[in-house]
Amino acid sequence: MIQYIIRRLLAAIPTLLVISFVIFAILDLAPSDPTGNLPMTVPPEVREKIRISLGLDQPMYIRYYKWLVQFSVNEPLNILQHSFGVTIGDAENRTRILSWATRSPVIDLIVERTPQTLWVVGLSFLFGILMAIPIGIVQAYRQYSLFDQIGTFVAMLGFSVPTFFTGVVAIILFSVQLKWFPMIYDTTLEITSWDNFVLQIKQMIMPVTVLAFYQASQLSRFMRAAILDNLNLDYVRTARSKGRSENAVLMIHVLRNSLIPIVTLIALGIPTIFGGAIITEQIFRVNGLGQLLIIAIEGADIPTVQTLTFLFAILIVIFNLIADVLYGILDPRIRYD
Amino acid sequence: MDSAVIETEHRSMWTDVWRQFRKHKGALVGVFVFAFIIIAVFVGPPIHGVDPNAIDFKARNLSPEWAHPLGTDNIGHDTLAQMLAGGQVSLAVGLSAALIALILGTLIGVLAGFVKSLNGPLMRLTDVFLSLPLLPLLLVSIMLFRDTLRAAFGPETGIFLLIVGLIGVTSWMHTARIVRGDVLSIKEREFVTAAHSIGTRRHRIVFRHILPNILSPIMVSATLGIANAIITESALSFLGLGFPPDFPTWGRLLYDGTNFIQITPSRVIWPGVFIALTVLSVNYIGDGLRDALDPRLRGR
Repeated sequence: MIQYIIRRLLAAIPTLLVISFVIFAILDLAPSDPTGNLPMTVPPEVREKIRISLGLDQPMYIRYYKWLVQFSVNEPLNILQHSFGVTIGDAENRTRILSWATRSPVIDLIVERTPQTLWVVGLSFLFGILMAIPIGIVQAYRQYSLFDQIGTFVAMLGFSVPTFFTGVVAIILFSVQLKWFPMIYDTTLEITSWDNFVLQIKQMIMPVTVLAFYQASQLSRFMRAAILDNLNLDYVRTARSKGRSENAVLMIHVLRNSLIPIVTLIALGIPTIFGGAIITEQIFRVNGLGQLLIIAIEGADIPTVQTLTFLFAILIVIFNLIADVLYGILDPRIRYD
Repeated sequence: MDSAVIETEHRSMWTDVWRQFRKHKGALVGVFVFAFIIIAVFVGPPIHGVDPNAIDFKARNLSPEWAHPLGTDNIGHDTLAQMLAGGQVSLAVGLSAALIALILGTLIGVLAGFVKSLNGPLMRLTDVFLSLPLLPLLLVSIMLFRDTLRAAFGPETGIFLLIVGLIGVTSWMHTARIVRGDVLSIKEREFVTAAHSIGTRRHRIVFRHILPNILSPIMVSATLGIANAIITESALSFLGLGFPPDFPTWGRLLYDGTNFIQITPSRVIWPGVFIALTVLSVNYIGDGLRDALDPRLRGR
């Protein structure tokens, strides 16, 4: 297994290199100019100097190489230094990826915004899973019952109705009409007292529920199908015939086997929810990673966009690997050697 | 034996498929809803007869009334006329992007399954595409190429081509994988070997023997592709990086409406309901097609 993981990690490197080059190249084609937003009074010579200071006079492959080194060597070293409080190598002269818009290191912007995204997205994913698994079990066990039919319809509704509609309807109902929850997510809120804590919970309810509902509707369908696949297998009949209670058959034998594909699906789904968070954060004005990306795109802040997009790509590749490894660990029939 | 003409009912594959499809209530309702939306969107504008871009400052933020059945927006656009015009664009984007993805996916899937030397490279390409963070890349590419294409094809055609092309180019991967798997299994079957042995040319084998046999997974993924494309387009418009404001689509109308949800919530509700209805009906049609085209279920 260890050998397999190492082999997969080595195979991921060329994939990531290709992806990083594609992302860098697409963005490099941009006819955007970092000095475009400066006042008209700035003379052309100064503009040229700003461009040179940003390294734009160099050919593309050199800039790509520099960006790649900054991303994959310098920034990880900085994070190591920061977390262990030690100095590694020539820390002073190590260049960092700088945002064109704020002139601050992109990684700092990302670190600043990650907690908000993780709270909203992570919690909703967790609630989605917690809802989907029991619903899927009951649906499959009582196939074609009223509960199953309603569940199937709601699930179909849940993944057909885009989150940017359910989110806005939730705002209209619960913020505008009923005034239960705030319309805009206040990220400056610090939890210092019970009241603030209640406020934080209140503002998180809507975004988390909307995303969780969307996640649950997809997962519950897969859960139902996985249980149905297992219910008619021989080992279930064996378990019943040796006198195990119905509860034990379902909760111990069937559930454990049905969870194998579901765990993989959950692992594969984690990177996509970061993409989905782009939309949710835009609806509820959460200043997380998705909003950072949108602002960077609108402001033509190329380094920020490149770095964020590549980070999303790394997440996808890593979680694909995790899904495959989990599958091997959970299912003894699958051997990778 | 003179008059005993045995009446055999004519049964082709497609009548069987239709018979099975009719049993799926949701799919049947889906067909009616989808057909209704298409007809309404393309026949509605001449009947309603209001220019979607006509501005009337005297009739701002109206509630529904006889002249404006769905009310008006903050600068006096008629909401119904905008909904119909927006629907035309949204449906056109969805259908044409799904068609591009379908053609690309089938082509790549058939090539990878049928030509041994292309299998490896094409599947690696599919893997790379599946590892790309698509939504960020779509947003970025729209920002980058919007102005170039607008200059080349005019503001409306340019952005339409850009969005349709981008959605099509980034959503063929699942079709390609399914098609490749099916081609790999079908090309080993006896009838393909038989065709080879009588000297049928390779492209004839693909078109006459392989493609008809993988039609059902292609059709199912095509329907689901339409739903996906409509959602993607409205998501892009919702993020403000889709169609320009004077060129309404359902996603764009929803996005514009969110700033006025306290005054005219219906401006958000209508586009959202129509996106949801369209996607829901298309998904139900896909579900029904999957059942109807599955020969193990059909004919029971």
